[in-house]
Amino acid sequence: MQANLYALVAVAVVALITAVIGGFGIRFARTTSDVLVAARTVNPRWNAAAISGEYLSAASFLGIAGLVLKEGADALWYPVGFTAGFLALLLFVAAPLRRSGAYSLPDFAELRLGSAEVRRVATGLVVVIGWFYLVPQLQAAGLTLSVLTGWANWIGACLIALIVITNVVFGGMRSITFMQAFQYWLKLTALAVPVFVLLLTQASQYTNARATAGAGAPPAFTENTTVRVDTDVVLQVTEPTQLTAVGGVDGAVDVDGTVYWGVGEHEVSEGTALTFPAKSAVPVVTGAPAHNDDWLRPLYGGAGDHPLFETYSLMLATFLGTMALPHVLVRFYTNSDGRAARISTLFVLGLLGVFYVFPTVSGLLARLYVPQLLVTGRTDAAVLLLPGAVLDSWPARLLGGLVVAGAFAAFLSTSSGLMVGVAGVLSTDVLHGRAKDFRLAALLAGLVPMAMAVTIPPIDIARAVGLAFAVAASSFCPLLVLGIWWRNLTDAGAVAGLIIGGGVSVAAVFGTLLGLAPGGWVGSVLGHPAAITVPLTFLTMVVVSKVTPKRVPSDVARVLARLHAPERLGLTPGPNPNRTGTVRRPADQDAVNRAGRHRR
Amino acid sequence: MPPMSLSPPPKRVRVVLAERKRARRVVRTLAEVEEQTDVGEMLVRTHMRTQLGMSLLLALIVVAVLGALPLAFAYVPKLAEISVLGVRLPWLLLGFAVYPFMLGVGWVYVRLAERNEQSFIKLVEE
Repeated sequence: MQANLYALVAVAVVALITAVIGGFGIRFARTTSDVLVAARTVNPRWNAAAISGEYLSAASFLGIAGLVLKEGADALWYPVGFTAGFLALLLFVAAPLRRSGAYSLPDFAELRLGSAEVRRVATGLVVVIGWFYLVPQLQAAGLTLSVLTGWANWIGACLIALIVITNVVFGGMRSITFMQAFQYWLKLTALAVPVFVLLLTQASQYTNARATAGAGAPPAFTENTTVRVDTDVVLQVTEPTQLTAVGGVDGAVDVDGTVYWGVGEHEVSEGTALTFPAKSAVPVVTGAPAHNDDWLRPLYGGAGDHPLFETYSLMLATFLGTMALPHVLVRFYTNSDGRAARISTLFVLGLLGVFYVFPTVSGLLARLYVPQLLVTGRTDAAVLLLPGAVLDSWPARLLGGLVVAGAFAAFLSTSSGLMVGVAGVLSTDVLHGRAKDFRLAALLAGLVPMAMAVTIPPIDIARAVGLAFAVAASSFCPLLVLGIWWRNLTDAGAVAGLIIGGGVSVAAVFGTLLGLAPGGWVGSVLGHPAAITVPLTFLTMVVVSKVTPKRVPSDVARVLARLHAPERLGLTPGPNPNRTGTVRRPADQDAVNRAGRHRR
Repeated sequence: MPPMSLSPPPKRVRVVLAERKRARRVVRTLAEVEEQTDVGEMLVRTHMRTQLGMSLLLALIVVAVLGALPLAFAYVPKLAEISVLGVRLPWLLLGFAVYPFMLGVGWVYVRLAERNEQSFIKLVEE
């Protein structure tokens, strides 16, 4: 259990550093806008690292490797989409959004369309998306602590939720740019170092393993392995296997001894311990590819029935969803101008590209070294278990601690960003925007997803986050793209699109999370709604706007000129708040309201 | 204590001389852009169209390249069996090659977008 000690120390250190820097940040921060968005003007490189640091969540750090381990080539679309989202953001949104001076999505909606109604709907959607995104982060924290200590999952979820709530309530926006940038490098190191160490020390074994685990074979156990099954599972057995089982297997309740499994599906009940001999084939949970051959190919491994549709729908959700995530947008406000916003997005593309090599390689290594996760289906733990499975004694503990530190950095940074975003819109738009309200809003922003994380059964982290992307892509992406590039958008069109597209996608996500989705086409569409809901939202916004041409805001030309003209012309507010004019009002007013308590 | 919004805090102002100067020189066209005269609006419209056209073109290239991959793997399964340096083609493409590709497209975009803005500024100044 010494490995756990290292890991717990790592957790405590990361949490402490975050809290301390969050707490001190307040003393250093002087003006209200310093508090909320760090200093307004930040070097694009720092800002890029900060954006990446806040963006790389549990889904990127744990989820992708887990999904690669389970589903193989199809899972690679997740990191590709998470990166391509920033390319779409760069092409269509980055510079104009910065020039708009909007601090949050409701701000943008209001200053572009001049309607309080749009603002309200946008607020509701920011909250829903934030919560959908927070739930898998908290569940991932639960999983991580449970792997380390054997505690129940809800303990970790509640613990991390309470840490972040406390931080947000007492620390304002703790995301000093430096802290976020540091989180990026910590996460990169925590994934990359174990991968390099494993590849270097195990090079010879690796080739051996590849040779024995030929493409046609299922994955195999490297040594005698005991697996505890936490929830009822159905396993696919591809080679006759002899094993020892204690618990419930195939309907028999009190099995204790040798079991012989023929080829086919076998049920294992909760709480059962299975012991497999070395070199035997690993049975895989149903839905995941059982043979390495299928696992290596795209479109053979996904859990769904219509892999091609699901792949395209996922691409759409991730490509278009990134630009509409509340915690990503806030960061763009800290760029000094539109040009800096572009350059920092470009750097983000590079930083993410470097990072995402490592979850993929970790997933590949996990297939060789921790295949027992395929039996329980909890493959999200792959990255955490990898060092201990390959190395011994202190290197294993050291690297294990490093990985856990990275994982907690991921939970903390993303959760804090999301909670600050949700609490911000809640306190200004739902409550009265006073200091006291921000604390209440922060509580609300954290406790609701905490309750959801405990009650909703967890699905693969990357998949759950993908659902939040689908909602964002089906609501705010059309609002941003049409708002920035199309003169004729009206408030009625925006509201209709947000309600219909957002509503349908939220319903689909709830259906999937609660396990109500049936199989077949309906299940595929509900689990990957973006391919239907994104076009639906665009269509609704365009059609309703066309029908209500009189509602096009009278100042549309001026607003669009501000969005698209370079700052040098002096049209845009830019970094100088004295030149803001009316457009900046809502954003700054929010900042003043939200942070008012710091100027008692 | 609600009245805090009545007394906004003194804000730091960064003075950039060069920017001011330039702004003064182009004040007439600028006024046209800002006050939504026909000339001003046409300038902005044209600029927006150039920028959007370029973004759409680059997006189309990315969508064509990335979007073709699932179809290609679905209808030409042999593609997924090709190995390059011991790595299967889908893993090589999706795991590694797409990232420099996207970075490259982003780099091209930033250059072109800045060039468009330069010519817009020139146009306004004339």
